[in-house]
Amino acid sequence: MSVHRTQARRQGALLRSVSLQTLVAVLGAFVVVPLLFALVGGFKDTSQLSTNPFGLPSPWVPENYTDVLASGSFWRQILNSVFIALATTLVVVGLAAMAAFVFARFAFRGREALYTLFTVGLMFPFTVAILPLFVLVRAIGLLDNPLGVILPQAAFGLPMTIIILRSFFRTIPREVEEAATIDGCSAFGFFWRILLPMARPALATVSVLAIVASWNNFFLPLVIFTDPNWWTVPLGVQQFSGQYASETAKVLAYIVLAMVPALAFYSVAERQLIGGLTAGATKG
Amino acid sequence: MTPPALTGERSERHAAHPRTPRAQAPPEARRRRFRGLVTITLFLLPALVLFGLLVLVPIAVAGYTSLFKWNGLGGLPTEFIGLDNFTRMFGDEVFLGDLWRGLVLIVLSIAIQLPLALGIAMLLNQRMRGRAVYRMLFFAPYMLSEVITGVLFTMILSPDQGLANQILGALGLEALESEWLGDPSTVLMSVFIVMTWKYFGFHMILYLAGRQGIPQELGEAASIDGATAWEQFRYITLPLLGPTIRISVFLSVIGAIQLFDLVWVLTAGGPVHSSETMAVTMFQFGFKRSQVGYGTAISVVMFLISLVFALGYQRYVMRRDTEGAITTMRDQR
Repeated sequence: MSVHRTQARRQGALLRSVSLQTLVAVLGAFVVVPLLFALVGGFKDTSQLSTNPFGLPSPWVPENYTDVLASGSFWRQILNSVFIALATTLVVVGLAAMAAFVFARFAFRGREALYTLFTVGLMFPFTVAILPLFVLVRAIGLLDNPLGVILPQAAFGLPMTIIILRSFFRTIPREVEEAATIDGCSAFGFFWRILLPMARPALATVSVLAIVASWNNFFLPLVIFTDPNWWTVPLGVQQFSGQYASETAKVLAYIVLAMVPALAFYSVAERQLIGGLTAGATKG
Repeated sequence: MTPPALTGERSERHAAHPRTPRAQAPPEARRRRFRGLVTITLFLLPALVLFGLLVLVPIAVAGYTSLFKWNGLGGLPTEFIGLDNFTRMFGDEVFLGDLWRGLVLIVLSIAIQLPLALGIAMLLNQRMRGRAVYRMLFFAPYMLSEVITGVLFTMILSPDQGLANQILGALGLEALESEWLGDPSTVLMSVFIVMTWKYFGFHMILYLAGRQGIPQELGEAASIDGATAWEQFRYITLPLLGPTIRISVFLSVIGAIQLFDLVWVLTAGGPVHSSETMAVTMFQFGFKRSQVGYGTAISVVMFLISLVFALGYQRYVMRRDTEGAITTMRDQR
């Protein structure tokens, strides 16, 4: 190969890599600018936002943030969201693990029909069922009761959780089970003392998915909770942005603080989250 | 020996043909078999009850109440009107508009958002500076709730002091400034931009995972044979990413059919219904205007559209790809 051609090729490669870098950087800006705008804008006052949209705040107005942090309702919403997310996760992962155990390790007539019934649930988006669900929850008397959000969330989380757990339970070798049985282990003993501890990574994955889904859920809490004492973070954000519609800076500070738990959780649980989403998508 | 219930596939044959020697098994084995059944029931029942009560029953309830004129108050609906809610729906311009707008969003997602995600995934799959940071950054919006995203963008797209218009003004592009969410002709496009901001990172992650499943040797072999980067992508990567792409299209479509949170926070369907989706219309009638019968009829139609799409897509498009979690055809064989 001549020197010329190698050189031309190298130049072409350089050019291409620079243009690719630029493209990625532009998209990065598309994602990051709104977030930075919110973060920095929260330190301005509303008149600064219109006169000085791009620069740093002058003067800095930390009150927007400190006011939110000092308000009881913000913390109350965080607490409600945490409680509902954990309770949902406990219910959905517990029940799904039991069902997935049966679907993975037992043979009985109607097994596949029942399994299919659950997986068909993947096709019922929450939105579709929300109105009858509301009617039902009201009939049971669970409006303004956290169970009215926790139980439906868990029910709608079952299909995906069962699918992921079943495929994981299936990978555990039969020999493990036979050895346990020979040692006198009952089915429940095997499930509780051997299968679940071995399935810890899969359990972590589905738990993370359940927590995130619950944390971001808006529609169900919106129709179930009228009592502000039960509001979750998304409801609080919506209410706050309506109440202070003209004070943009205040709202920006509020949503930045509301983002923090989700982003912090993402940075801790990134691996489980992404593993779970891709597994869920390819298996669902 | 393992009890019959625990032997998994091996006893599947027996389940299919009850007249096997096992039917005349000694009492000990029968007792074990009974214990197995009890275990199965106890383990399965809680999930089944919860799922049946809160997922299946609501669907059935919707099917029932959609046949009534009902304001949702006081006991059961009484004013049976047959299919009137449905004929009304398909004569209603807002609902027909919902269908049209849903279709527009689906087409835009498949034509713009997914190729963008695919392109970025391919770029980030190469060795480049800051790749881990970019990957994390592009995925971050997916973590934020739709409400936070929506509130943030109502401010960015606000016509007077919004960041979008400020940026265009600063760049000397005043001509491109617009009312964004306030103008019926731009609102759907604006909603789509916000959807892209929020969701393209999710699809990127799917493609990255799919790309990782393609052996490196294929690309190397092709490049030795003289294939350009584009040819490698076109003839190796793209076909092998087929299953991932089909799933990502599927999720996009299902997501667009049930789109609610983002639209509700951004525009509540306005101005004059020009960004309304089926779910928003359903919410308006069901929760705001106390026409629960009509609202549930919209739910039923949404459900049927999702179901028909999902079954058709599974049957004709994803048939070869997955084990078929939804149809489990392979298990039933």
